[in-house]
Amino acid sequence: MADLQLRSVTKAYGAAEVIKGIDLDVAEGEFCVFVGPSGCGKSTLLRMISGLEPISGGEVKISGDVVNHLGPAERGLAMVFQSYALYPHMTVRQNLSFGLENTRTPKAEIAERVGAAAKMLQIDQLLDRRPKDLSGGQRQRVAIGRAVVREPRIFLFDEPLSNLDAELRVEMRGEISRLHRRIGNTMIYVTHDQVEAMTMADKIAVLRDGRLEQFGRPLDLYNRPENLFVAGFIGSPKMNFFAAEVASGALKLAAGPTFALPEGRFDLREGAKVTLGIRPNALKPAAAGLTLTVADVERLGGESYLYGHSPDGSAITVHSPGQTGVEPGTEIALSPDMAEAHVFDADGRSLRRH
Amino acid sequence: MANFLTRTRGKERLHWTDWLSYAYLLFGVVVMFGPVLWLALSSFKTEAELQHYPPRLLPYIQKTEKIPGYDSALPIFKVTKGALAGQEVAQVRRIGLVAQVVRPDEPGKLVKLPIADRKPVEHVALATSNYVKLFKRFDFLRFLWNSTFITVVATAITLVINSMAAFALSKYAFRGRGTVMALVIGTLMIPQTVVLVPLFLVVRDLGMINSLWGVIIPGAATPTGVFLLRQYMLTIPDEILDAARMDNASEWKIYWRIILPLSAPAIAVLAILSIMWRWNDFLWPLIALTQSKFFTLQLALNSFRGEFNTDWASLLAMTVLTLLPIVAVFAFLQKYIATGIATTGGK
Amino acid sequence: MYKLISPLMQLVDWPMRAFQSRFGQRRLAWVFLAPNLALFGLFVFLPVILNFAYAMTGSEHILLRDRPFVGAQNFAQLTNCKDYLNPNSCQLDVFWRAVHNTVWFIVLQIGFMVGFSLLTALILNRKIRARGFFRAVFFFPVLLSPVVVALVWKWILQDQGALNGVLSSLGYQPYNWLLDPSWAFGFSVFLTVWFHMGFYTLILLAGLQAIPRDVYEAAAMDAASPWRVFRKITLPLLMPTMIVVLVLALIKGVQTFDELYAFTGGGPGSATTLMIQYIYETGFAGAPRLFGLAAAASILLALVLVALTAVQLWVTRRNANG
Repeated sequence: MADLQLRSVTKAYGAAEVIKGIDLDVAEGEFCVFVGPSGCGKSTLLRMISGLEPISGGEVKISGDVVNHLGPAERGLAMVFQSYALYPHMTVRQNLSFGLENTRTPKAEIAERVGAAAKMLQIDQLLDRRPKDLSGGQRQRVAIGRAVVREPRIFLFDEPLSNLDAELRVEMRGEISRLHRRIGNTMIYVTHDQVEAMTMADKIAVLRDGRLEQFGRPLDLYNRPENLFVAGFIGSPKMNFFAAEVASGALKLAAGPTFALPEGRFDLREGAKVTLGIRPNALKPAAAGLTLTVADVERLGGESYLYGHSPDGSAITVHSPGQTGVEPGTEIALSPDMAEAHVFDADGRSLRRH
Repeated sequence: MANFLTRTRGKERLHWTDWLSYAYLLFGVVVMFGPVLWLALSSFKTEAELQHYPPRLLPYIQKTEKIPGYDSALPIFKVTKGALAGQEVAQVRRIGLVAQVVRPDEPGKLVKLPIADRKPVEHVALATSNYVKLFKRFDFLRFLWNSTFITVVATAITLVINSMAAFALSKYAFRGRGTVMALVIGTLMIPQTVVLVPLFLVVRDLGMINSLWGVIIPGAATPTGVFLLRQYMLTIPDEILDAARMDNASEWKIYWRIILPLSAPAIAVLAILSIMWRWNDFLWPLIALTQSKFFTLQLALNSFRGEFNTDWASLLAMTVLTLLPIVAVFAFLQKYIATGIATTGGK
Repeated sequence: MYKLISPLMQLVDWPMRAFQSRFGQRRLAWVFLAPNLALFGLFVFLPVILNFAYAMTGSEHILLRDRPFVGAQNFAQLTNCKDYLNPNSCQLDVFWRAVHNTVWFIVLQIGFMVGFSLLTALILNRKIRARGFFRAVFFFPVLLSPVVVALVWKWILQDQGALNGVLSSLGYQPYNWLLDPSWAFGFSVFLTVWFHMGFYTLILLAGLQAIPRDVYEAAAMDAASPWRVFRKITLPLLMPTMIVVLVLALIKGVQTFDELYAFTGGGPGSATTLMIQYIYETGFAGAPRLFGLAAAASILLALVLVALTAVQLWVTRRNANG
């Protein structure tokens, strides 16, 4: 068990800087998810923490000790890889015990720890099989088991569920969460899937382009995104954005209508160009307001989605509970719930007062 | 003819092009297999049968019989002419064109016969005398040992050092990797045949002329092996290595506990190639080993070859014994060999 | 086997681990490379340099410091000819005869080899029974040793051999084939084709099988005649493989020595003496041992080989890139 601190950590390949100074504190026992679009540096950051990737600048501290100079073996971490990276020529048992043998753990203890981990992950019947004879989900369990037996200070997960089909992914998601509750270790989990991040994390770190965009609890990120990127990235379907201008304390949309904002919640300057963000479930049909030209309707039975665009061409998604009679090609009027509005300045920073 | 040259094939019944194809293939069987079979059959012929002209396909042995009053078994003939026509006689000795024979039931009574009037009584049988002689009269076991030692040791060394180099070239990003790869390609361009003179001098200065090590060491590092193994190791995911690093494995342990077992198919191919190269190697051993006690089987075979009088009886037997291991290896590992040779260009 | 060497490997683990923690993971690459590179250096690159040193010095002395510098004299001797097409007009007529023989040998051998290999590969690529067996039949001589191959055919061609036996039973006179320069040369070409064609057949067969089936199906839909399919689809798509085969056959052909040395010994006279045998006999077999001349000849040979290998690498790279 340990906590993790990153202090202006950077990584550069020659002149190309891929991690541009990240500060982060992960508390002991926390489940922290790194999320971001592909190429944002989240996997690189994880590999820097693991010791597989050298650190160009800054400090990585585990339990307060700087570990920059330590190799992967000496940091006391374990990692679950995207491709599982099981040793194909070894049985499940050998896969689990390889790491312990390398640290010259006594044979009896290896057997005991392997047995316990296998039982916990329900792979105790598979111990004498080879990886090629296992299903995707079973391989995943073995990969996790290999980390568990090591009893690491911190678990690292590198997009571990991306190779599984949708159903299994949901199941394994729950399984990893249960594992965390059960053993309570610090875990760092990398994914590009914000649903995974929202459902599993204690804390989410949203990364983009080698920078930390926001770090906080899932619902804080959802409710109070600090910038346009986080607002767009967290939440599904994506938040709707409208170009607008501040006019006497209200927002005049480029699409036409004007909407009033809750008093005192935002720092507004008269005449400033801003972006209004409204989640799909905060747009409601109304007698008058924002005009939506419906292009597509998805009817899922219990809920419906309307897709289309406003008169100025902004794409709009509307989530409506229940079933809808709206047909594609028609126009309807929408009224946003301004109590749930987000406003960002021209640089994309949130204008919300803290 | 046109149909014959394409992939289109006969439907239910055999097209005439199919007949032509099978005819060609059967002809191929005769031409490719025939000579080797002929040699193998010949090696089981007696010296006398080898002198027989025109040669006969199968090995024959003349019937012999122990006749009371004579020390060794006497060859049996059938008389074709004269008073004894149709009877079997044993030949005691032959003087010029006259043979002295006895009838087995009358061993005391010598009869003279013109040699044209008798025909040897023979039956088909494999004579092992050539092989026996090989072990008795020649240092065959020494040649066999030399060849085996060179093949086994050289292959082991080649596998270890080539796989180490291939590991470094496929799994590490280090400064100078490009240069090393260029050097390996460079050695591919310099076959042993063009550096014979200086190679001889280098090996001589190292005191390895007339030593089996002088044959083993110079060719132990093969560019082909490095390429073959590197190409295969590139397909092993780096994540497995990372997983092993997270599992506390040292780089050397990763090499021999992870990389080596996972490269087994490629290593098997290289092992077979190396065994073939070494067992069949000729030119360099010819230069490096000049004393007959260091001769490999190939050199021994070559040294048997006289300009005019060749001891074919022993040579045939030795040839068969030399090609036997390769045939055995081939029979078991045909698939590996074919793919291995096809992927590396055989050299 | 693996279990056997495991303890040995374990033994090496400790010093390697020490090196790794002392110098870091990246420098470890050089440790892995060291044995191989050392052997390359000692037995390939050093000899290449020495080759030039010996080619430019004379005398029969073996130690470099005893050998006087003669500049390009060895090369001048080798290339001193009135008429390059007539070996007898050259100072070193045997060398030029070897060059002539090699050129003729390669031209004939490659012609027959590629022809038979292609024919065999095309037939093996048809829907035939026991394809694996027939492929093995054509392939197996590749595995034999050159000396064995030479002896197999010598045994058939010797004056009391099977060939003469068959001929005399047909009423012909027996003939001493290998004592006739033309026949000896002809049989040398035949023997090498017999020996190596399985290898090229295999490569061509792989090339044929790599041609996608749907191309043929498309051609069948276009009602192309079989001959046109062969000319317009099979041959062009097989061309990259054909070029590889040609270049490989050239490279190996130039280096032919073992099987012919054991087959004819280069004779009768020098009728079947090729380049490598000339180098071998000049440098090692005869007395005096003319190392300088042999080195110079091998440099000339190396120039040819380097050019051919460069072509090969270029071709394979081009093929690999599509």
